Amino acid sequence: MKRKLVSALVCAAMVATVLAGCGNSSNTASTDTAATEETATDDAAAEDTAAEDTAAEDTAASGDLIKVGIINNDPNESGYRTANDADMKAMFTEENGYDASFAYSLKNDEQITAAQKFIQDGVDYLLLSAADTAGWDSVLMDAQAAGTRVILFDRTIDADPSLYEASIVSDMEAEGQTAVDWLAGQGLDEYNIIHIQGVMGSAAQQGRTGALNAMVEENDNWNLVTQQTAEWNAEKAQQIVQSVIDSGQDFNVIYAENDDMAKGAVAALDKANISHGVDGDVIIMGFDTNTWALEELLAGNWNYDGQCNPYQASYIDEVIKTIESGGTIEEKTIIMEEKGFDAETITQEDIDTYGI
Amino acid sequence: MQTNETKKAGASSFFGRLLRKQVMIPLAALLILFLFNLIMDPSFFKIELGYNSAGNPVLSGFLITILDSGSELAILAIGMTLVTAATGGQDISVGATTAIAGSVLLRVLCGTNSRPETLQAPIIVAFLAACVVAMLFGAFNGVLVAVFKIQPMIATLILYTAGRSIAAWINNNELPVVSDETLTYFGEFIPGIPIPTPFFIAVACMIVIGLVLKFTNLRLYTQAVGINENSSRLNGLNPVFIKILSFVILGLCVAVVGLIKVSRISTINYSVIAKDIEMDAILAVALGGNALSGGKFNMTASIIGAYVIQCLTTTLYKFQVRSDALPAYKAVVVIVLVIVSAPVVREKFNAFMAKRKVKEAA
Repeated sequence: MKRKLVSALVCAAMVATVLAGCGNSSNTASTDTAATEETATDDAAAEDTAAEDTAAEDTAASGDLIKVGIINNDPNESGYRTANDADMKAMFTEENGYDASFAYSLKNDEQITAAQKFIQDGVDYLLLSAADTAGWDSVLMDAQAAGTRVILFDRTIDADPSLYEASIVSDMEAEGQTAVDWLAGQGLDEYNIIHIQGVMGSAAQQGRTGALNAMVEENDNWNLVTQQTAEWNAEKAQQIVQSVIDSGQDFNVIYAENDDMAKGAVAALDKANISHGVDGDVIIMGFDTNTWALEELLAGNWNYDGQCNPYQASYIDEVIKTIESGGTIEEKTIIMEEKGFDAETITQEDIDTYGI
Repeated sequence: MQTNETKKAGASSFFGRLLRKQVMIPLAALLILFLFNLIMDPSFFKIELGYNSAGNPVLSGFLITILDSGSELAILAIGMTLVTAATGGQDISVGATTAIAGSVLLRVLCGTNSRPETLQAPIIVAFLAACVVAMLFGAFNGVLVAVFKIQPMIATLILYTAGRSIAAWINNNELPVVSDETLTYFGEFIPGIPIPTPFFIAVACMIVIGLVLKFTNLRLYTQAVGINENSSRLNGLNPVFIKILSFVILGLCVAVVGLIKVSRISTINYSVIAKDIEMDAILAVALGGNALSGGKFNMTASIIGAYVIQCLTTTLYKFQVRSDALPAYKAVVVIVLVIVSAPVVREKFNAFMAKRKVKEAA
């Protein structure tokens, strides 16, 4: 019985690897998984120990390349992450003087393991988009001891700033504030808002919620009809808006914290024949500037879309160049420029430039 | 006095029989929810005929929303009931495979272009492709469970973790958006018919499974395999085949759900589509009073269980309970159910009833 169980487990493991293998071979161009990256680095390590002469040559040949280890969240997480990952992949190439390895996970502990591996492999720079803010201190101290410089992108962590060189982030509070300022500028007599939130506790949710909550508290004519999390999910957003419509409450603004949820909300409005967008009864607001969302803006179906800039690679490149040329980074926290788009002023050019 | 007593006994035995019926468990839950809503706010039951933005007549109201949004869960409950009965375990990969089915559907519809002006293939072709793929993944789970004897939950864990990535690979990580209106018919309304299409699809699935269970030996064989695999083999059944078959049928259900989900918003988000639906599907089976350890099953009860879950969700939305607290309410339901159906509690309850009877007789 035990042998059977073991053999079954082995089979499962084999099937799993085959599965992973198939997926990779069909898609090497666009998505590499952490697994292939690991095998790649494993291979490299094996080569090093097996033939020391060639290894020496290797290092001589790749001496000009800057070794970077990039730890990111799963690119399938969202359109934002896909764009972010593609941007990183396009920047950190051999042509640009980098030898890059990637590791992906949505789990903090897996990310920490990957970071330790990169540090052991002796990367020059560790680029990190942490899944969680906590738990990074000891790894970053290891990195410092090993002479690996750390650059944070997209997400900050709770660690002493001396442990990293720079942090390139979006200011979610500013994103929320830009959106709320825009909404205030619409000059409605009364704001009855359906507020659809992202996954509770995420930085994007907190920033985008904070600005709106503050405004609602300060002004008597700003009311929240409902405030619910749809967890970035279009369908849940649709159900939430549907339930407000079914119970017959009045509303004139939908403030959705990402584009998917705004789309779900609009589906519910369409079903109930409630007009929305430019000249409509309900103002539709979304975030993340997906191309299709900006097209909705251009068509006048939505009113506003806030940007969350996924293109950090050029900023990181600049930081690395500065450090390599012996310069110092003056401002540790680099906040990226982010825009908000209005349906009345958006152009096709904006869509081509900023759509993700 | 005499007549009164016999009447009482007759009534109590009638109610006793009714209560012992498995279908009563989800029905009672549904009744409690309806009563709660009736007391709190009767407008819950209001149904109105309106027009959508395309000018087509549509019915709206909380009850319609429940029928509409509960469809996917009801369809999945059908397949999940069979898998539970045959294998004594559950498939936790249905959410991820729904993402795969939806992704295949969009891939065939869109071809290589993620933003097509016109559909590259008829919807029926895309749907059939999704069915084939979903059934293959179902068969994969089935083979792991039936041939390699891996615990169903462990076997399906593979696709639970890998499924959404596979779905993303199928479309090269792009998020296709379909602008063609005919696709929305499956998730919203067919012009001129005011009842949401998903409800019709769910009813069609129920009729099909009803006919299959009535006119084939599927029910008998599945239960036999679930109750005792060895004795069913000795009686000439092929447990391996029956188990794989149950997973393939679940795969078909998953493909149908994928169609509805994709159709609702004309696009797909691999990481959140049908998220956590596997837990709701299992809960529906449990709410239906079916033993999660396999064996006998009651399909009607599972389907009603699915609508109970949707009714609970919609009720909580209506009363603006924070939606991230929703799983907590579901957890309470699960705890109550599991405790009530635990053998220890049942024995105690039976002993208590027997004692009362003895006392009454005395």
